[in-house]
Amino acid sequence: MEHTIVSFQDVSKRYQLKEAVQHLSFDLPAGKVIGLIGPNGSGKTTTLKLMTGLLRPNSGRVLFQNQRVKRSMAEYVAYLSDTEAVYGFYTVRQMVNYYAGLYQDFDAVKASAMLEFMQLDGHQQVRTLSKGNNGRLKIVLAVSRKVPLIVMDEPLSGLDPLVRQSILTGLISFIDLESQTVVLSTHEVGEVEPFLDMAVLLDHGAVKAMDETDHIRETIGGSLLDWMKQALV
Amino acid sequence: MQEDFTSSQPIYLQLVERLCKQIVRGELPLGEKLPSLRDMAVQVGVNPNTVQRVYTELERIGVAETRRGQGTFVTSDQNRLFRLREELMMNYITAFLNDMREMGFTLQDVVRSLQEHQTPGVPNK
Repeated sequence: MEHTIVSFQDVSKRYQLKEAVQHLSFDLPAGKVIGLIGPNGSGKTTTLKLMTGLLRPNSGRVLFQNQRVKRSMAEYVAYLSDTEAVYGFYTVRQMVNYYAGLYQDFDAVKASAMLEFMQLDGHQQVRTLSKGNNGRLKIVLAVSRKVPLIVMDEPLSGLDPLVRQSILTGLISFIDLESQTVVLSTHEVGEVEPFLDMAVLLDHGAVKAMDETDHIRETIGGSLLDWMKQALV
Repeated sequence: MQEDFTSSQPIYLQLVERLCKQIVRGELPLGEKLPSLRDMAVQVGVNPNTVQRVYTELERIGVAETRRGQGTFVTSDQNRLFRLREELMMNYITAFLNDMREMGFTLQDVVRSLQEHQTPGVPNK
C-alpha cells in the first residue's frame, strides 16, 4: 500500500456565506505528481490553500503526514501561488538568496542549476522579467526547496506554449519523487496529462472524480480531457 | 523533443511500444543501457514514475533487464529480438485484419490486394 501524504477528511470551507468547498474527502499518495483540475470557481485554490495550512477549514480535518495541518506547515511545504510572489526591486540572484535565507531547506546548488536550465540571468532585475521568465523564476524558487510537498497553483496560467513546456520539463528534471510529492492545479489538462500520475477533478466545491491517469485511459479509452468532459456533463 | 501521444491508450504502453520498435529497428542495440528514469522522462516529456512503469513492463516481457545499481539494459538475447519482431508484426496484422473485417473484406480480398499492392520503395515479392 502506498503511503499517504495528504488526507482530507470531510473538509468544508466557506467565505462569509459562500461555500467554497464542501465535504471534501480524499487521500493523496506520496511520491506522485498529482493534478487538481476543474472549472473556474470549482474550489481548486481553496483546496490547495487548505492543504498548505494557509486556510483553516470550518469543519473536517486536513492531515499532512498524519498530522493536523497548521500555519507552521510552511516549513514542510513549498507553495507557489497564482499571484506574484517575487519582489520587483531584487535581481534574480538576490531573490534566490532571499529565499535561501528564508528557508533552511533551500538548496542553493539546485537553484543555480535550475536558473541555468531555465536560462535565467541572475543579474536581471525581477521587475524587468518577461511574464514567462517570471513564471520560470517562481518554479525555481518552489522546486529548490527540499520539502516533502510542493504545491503549485496554476503554474502555467497565462504563459505561452514554449514556456509551459520548459516549466514542465524543468519540474520533472529537478523534483525528486523518491522524497517529494507535487500537487498542481491547472487548466492545461491535455498538456499536463503526460506529467501526471493522478488527477483529482473538482466541481462546485466537491470531488467529482479522482483516478490514476493510466487507469483512466485503460478504462475509458480516452484522454484525461475526455474523462473530465464525461464527468462534468 | 516531446512527441505526441494518442489519446486512446495509456501513455506507458505507448512508450513500451515505441521502445520495442526502436529495438527492432536496431536504433537501440542489444545490450544497450537505457537512459536513467529522469533522463528518459525529460527526453519524452512524461514523469519519471511513468518511465519506471515502462521499464518494469519491458522487463516483464523479457525485452529489458535491470541490473542492480547499474540501471536498465536492453536484453542481449538475440532470440528474444526475433520473437519481438514477430510479436510486433502479429499485433499490426491483427489490428489491420480487424479493420478490414469491419469494412466487410474477406481474407481472400485482403491477400489478393496485398499481392497486387505497389508502394514505392517497398519490395513486393
